[in-house]
Amino acid sequence: MRTTPKWLFPVLALLPVLGLYGCIRVYPIIETLRLSLFQWNIISRRKPFVGFANFVELASDPLFLEAIFNTTIIAFSVVAITIPVALALAALINTRQGLRRSGVYEASVFLPHVVSLVPAAMAWKWIFDARLGPLNALIGLVGIPAQSWLFDPVLSLVCLIVLCSWQAIGYAVLIFLVGLKNVPEALYEAARLDGASSFQAFRHIAVPLLKPVMLYVSVITLISSYNIYAQAFVLASDVQGAPGRLVRVLVLDMLENSFRNYRVGYAAAEAVVLLVIVLILTSAQFRLFRDRSRA
Amino acid sequence: MSEHEREHPSVVGQNGAVGLVIDAVLGVVSLMMLLPLVFLISNAFKTPPELLAWPPTVIPHQPTLENIVSVLRETPLFRWIGNSLIFATLSTASIVSTSAIAGYVLGKFDLPGIPVIFGVIIATAVVPFEVYMIPLYLNVQSAGLLNTWPGLLVGYLIMSFGIFLVRQYVMTSIPDELLEAARVDGAGELWIFLRIVLPLMRGPLGALAVLAFFQAWTAFAWPLVVMTNKETYTLEVGLALFQTGFTVDIGRLSAAAALALVPSALFFSLMRRNFVRGVASSGLKE
Repeated sequence: MRTTPKWLFPVLALLPVLGLYGCIRVYPIIETLRLSLFQWNIISRRKPFVGFANFVELASDPLFLEAIFNTTIIAFSVVAITIPVALALAALINTRQGLRRSGVYEASVFLPHVVSLVPAAMAWKWIFDARLGPLNALIGLVGIPAQSWLFDPVLSLVCLIVLCSWQAIGYAVLIFLVGLKNVPEALYEAARLDGASSFQAFRHIAVPLLKPVMLYVSVITLISSYNIYAQAFVLASDVQGAPGRLVRVLVLDMLENSFRNYRVGYAAAEAVVLLVIVLILTSAQFRLFRDRSRA
Repeated sequence: MSEHEREHPSVVGQNGAVGLVIDAVLGVVSLMMLLPLVFLISNAFKTPPELLAWPPTVIPHQPTLENIVSVLRETPLFRWIGNSLIFATLSTASIVSTSAIAGYVLGKFDLPGIPVIFGVIIATAVVPFEVYMIPLYLNVQSAGLLNTWPGLLVGYLIMSFGIFLVRQYVMTSIPDELLEAARVDGAGELWIFLRIVLPLMRGPLGALAVLAFFQAWTAFAWPLVVMTNKETYTLEVGLALFQTGFTVDIGRLSAAAALALVPSALFFSLMRRNFVRGVASSGLKE
């Protein structure tokens, strides 16, 4: 016996969730887009519409350009390191499946991905430390002079790339392993009967089948690298609060404009740039992989 | 069962030279991945002179609790851990329940507008949190919710991926016949959801819970701007601000970081299967 209309349950069940979505997702996203067209310093009542002036100013703002340059270098370097290294590691660990060791390898590689960002960044900060860090002592053994890793403009970027790759690899390995386990065993057997070596079988069977997985991991890694902040915050903050060599990344520049310089409209414009970058990356990579898998 | 019987066609060189090389490479890589964390923990127990020693020792010669004691005296570290635990638990509870109900409705009910709603949810999933963080902050501020739990939670109540995950699972693994049978028997929709569907979703919800907990536990930018009071810091924020003040004292910094790191590292590496299950069961099928 049904007395209530059929649509009542789904509508009542969805309403609260949709309400939340509207208030804490859709509205702030639209508000970001809107604010980016205004000039507004939090305190003032005046909020003049300035059109695309914020974006025009961004295009010649040296701090913003530095931020976007740094972030792009970091994001692409992290992907360039993470994907091949993780693929190789996953392939090697996959040859160990069924052995108890494989679990140990998996867990060791995965652990850096799940430890909290700040303690992990603190561990690396000690390694890179110019006076006390083991890295300088280590390279000193082979005759390379000590470097001020966290203060040199190029090396501080390298440090961030190392830290972010170290964190990203475990995730990629784990996803690749899932992909590798889904490769039908019959394909490997057929390849073996045809006289293919293990490496050839991996290269010509597993890698093509893993392409969608590689796409997925690359997109996730790129996007999360474009959003890095905590790592830069920890590595850059300096001895006794003195302004050190700051690796300016996009989110840091945005937060600084918003909360230190009180330029909310301008910061929103930066957020829009970040959004556009993320959208371009996502769609470009999807298109790229779709074309390749058709060919 | 011997290792041989389980041999997989893709398994090469389990014995012999190739196998040894593979194990050696993986062993070295595993060690290198763990070394920064191992040193962090061991530095926490070192005396100042030993911290300067070269080569750095893995097991301290004269282990000391001095660093840990002084960190606990100077910072409300346990308070921060407690704050993070409460925050992550509440966020997880909200994400799991909203994803369960919305994913189920979006996957099993055929109403006009549902494809549009699902489209909007997936579209917002692409937008990074940092993009809409500032307007969200302004709203929280004008509602007077800075430095409060609701203010902190606002950013972490829903997860598009969670809804997506549950919807995929519901569509592929919960047969319509089961729901219809219950309806024919006169069961109400809410009863069906709570008593039939929810127990069947334990797997994906478990995976989602781990992801959600992890996301809140490692949150940084949002808690940093919303919780500005030393007593209300989350662990990540508290640690990051602590280390800006004490960079010189590696012993104490390591002690604080190690105290923060060990429990979560253990928890998440035990839960790593759930991480994979969450992503593998939906994201990869695209």
